[in-house]
Formats: sequence, structure tokens, C-alpha cells
Amino acid sequence: MNWYMLSLTGKDQPGIVARVTTVLFEAGCHLGETSMMRLGGNFSMMLMLRSEKQQSEIEQALTLVATDMGLHVHLDVIEGSLHQHRIPDVRVTVHGADRAGIVSRVTTSLAEAGLNILDLESDVIGTEEEPVYIMIIEGQACKGLEAIEATQAALESDNIDVHVEPVETLIG
Amino acid sequence: MAVLDILTYPNESLKQASEEVEVFDQSLRDFIDDLEETRLAGPGAVGIAAPQVGKFIRAVIVDVSKMKRPVPNHGHMVLINPEITRWDGYEMGREGCLSVPDYTGNVIRANNIVLQAMDQHGESHEYEMEGFEARAVQHEIDHLDGLLFLDRVVSRRSDIFRRKVYKKSGKK
Repeated sequence: MNWYMLSLTGKDQPGIVARVTTVLFEAGCHLGETSMMRLGGNFSMMLMLRSEKQQSEIEQALTLVATDMGLHVHLDVIEGSLHQHRIPDVRVTVHGADRAGIVSRVTTSLAEAGLNILDLESDVIGTEEEPVYIMIIEGQACKGLEAIEATQAALESDNIDVHVEPVETLIG
Repeated sequence: MAVLDILTYPNESLKQASEEVEVFDQSLRDFIDDLEETRLAGPGAVGIAAPQVGKFIRAVIVDVSKMKRPVPNHGHMVLINPEITRWDGYEMGREGCLSVPDYTGNVIRANNIVLQAMDQHGESHEYEMEGFEARAVQHEIDHLDGLLFLDRVVSRRSDIFRRKVYKKSGKK
């Protein structure tokens, strides 16, 4: 059995997930972890697949739905495994007037402070005239939470609102 | 004393409601001791409920007094027939569960609660609690009603609408 990473993107329309996953199921693929989301009118899917099939066979199986629905398809063999979730211990929320370089500036500071990003989602909100950038990062503070908190002041002097809070996961 | 087996999802028994405790005898206290030993054997669990070990009585243990980052707490509590009599405010927080391995998710819980419960000797107590401790109690009482945090999990995207996001650093 191989693990594959499949990514598909295309103009959003109803039924993409249903058709793609049906084709995969009928082709003997099992899904692992996935992430799917509408981004700017496009629908994007990233799926872990496990299958005995060769890469070319899976790609072949997807040809019809890809053509029909206008999807770009990319498939790679990966080293993958399930049940390896890491629990984040910090959440960083960032927002500010949208301008070039916010993500670069913030994530570089955070990387230097020892943040291992587990999950990042960002969006441009507000209005056409006054776009606002918002980003929510969850991760592990490998050099401690204080190091992450210390980045806050420098970033805020750049007019980026940054909120760092510990994520205390309750196990019960 | 003994470490008991933990039921894990999708075991159907976890969905059953537990019965009120009517007799406060030594066998109840022996069971509470085993339940505590089972909690301590788990990975950092701050609470445990009797139905998680297949005993369907309204008894839970909560202890958030040993957190790395201390939180307001009432120490080690044995809560028999617990009833929440008042709720106030709400907050999202991350939860996991001994009965749901390898998954954590965000759940909205009341921030302040007033709780009435008996202890293992049949004495009645009233507690006013907040934050993490109140969250732990709500998580455990859910078990007594056959609910898992999976039944209440919400998308992290809703974080954007949390009031706390707008709090700037340095201001509390």
C-alpha cells in the first residue's frame, strides 16, 4: 500500500467533493487526513490517499471528472502515516491593514522564536477600498511561549495587531 | 486500587446517561479511588467520569490544580450527582478526551458556573468556578449525560468572531 498526496483545484461549483471522492472510492483508494476549502472562488482539496494502485492508474481514474469539472490534479507518492497529530500549545492571531509582506514578516519572526506551525489559515476581509488581512496560526512553541510572546512588541510597532495566547488543551 | 479500562469512542455505551448515586458507602469510595488512579494513569487528564470506565453512575473527578500555568481552582474535587445551577459567559477552548484518542477540537463552554454536588461521603457542596476548571466540569458532566466533546466541536474559523481576539497585548 502506498500513501499519496492528491491535490485538486478548480473553479468552485457544487458537487466537486462528491464526484471526486466517489471516483477515488470506486478506484480502490482510501482517504486519510484531508483539507478542503473555497479560496477566492476556487475550490481546493488536499487529500491523503492510501492505495495499492499505481500512480498512473489513479491519475487515469481521475481524468474524466477533472475534465468535466475543470480541475487541476496533482498526485505524489508520499511518506505518510495517520495518528500522528500534534497538539498545539499556542495560537497567534494577526490582523492589520492589508499590505505586502505581512505573512513574511510575521512568520519569519515566529520561526526565529521557535514556532512550529501546525495550522495556518488567513483571509483578506474588510472592503475593496480598505482590505484587512487576518491570519490565525496554531503551533507548538519549541522554545517556550515567552519567546513567542516576545515577538509581539516588535510586530506591533509595525502596526500589525498580534495576539498570542497559550492553548491549554483540556483532557478529560 | 486498580487502573480501570477506558471505554473509547465509538463504543455505544458512552452515549448512555448515567444514574444518580443514592448510596454513599465504602464500595463507592473504593470505586472513586480506582477512578482517580485511572485518571492519573492517563496522559495529563484533569478530569474523568465514571461512565468512561463503564460504570454508569453520576460521579466525576476534576482536578486542575496541577497545571503548568496555574489557573483558578478548587483543588481536587470528587463530584457526585453534580448539577450546574447557573451559567454565565462563554468561551472557546481546545479539548481532548481519554475516550477519544488522537483528536483535539474546539468547544464552546460557559465561562462561569455555579455547581452543586455531593462528595464521596454524601456531603453537599456548592462551588463557584470559572475558566478552565468550569470547562473541565462541563466536559465531565457531559459524559454523565452520554455526550462527548465530539458532539459539541466547532470549527476554529469561528475564532475570528471571538471578542478576545480584539484585546491588544499588555491590556487585560
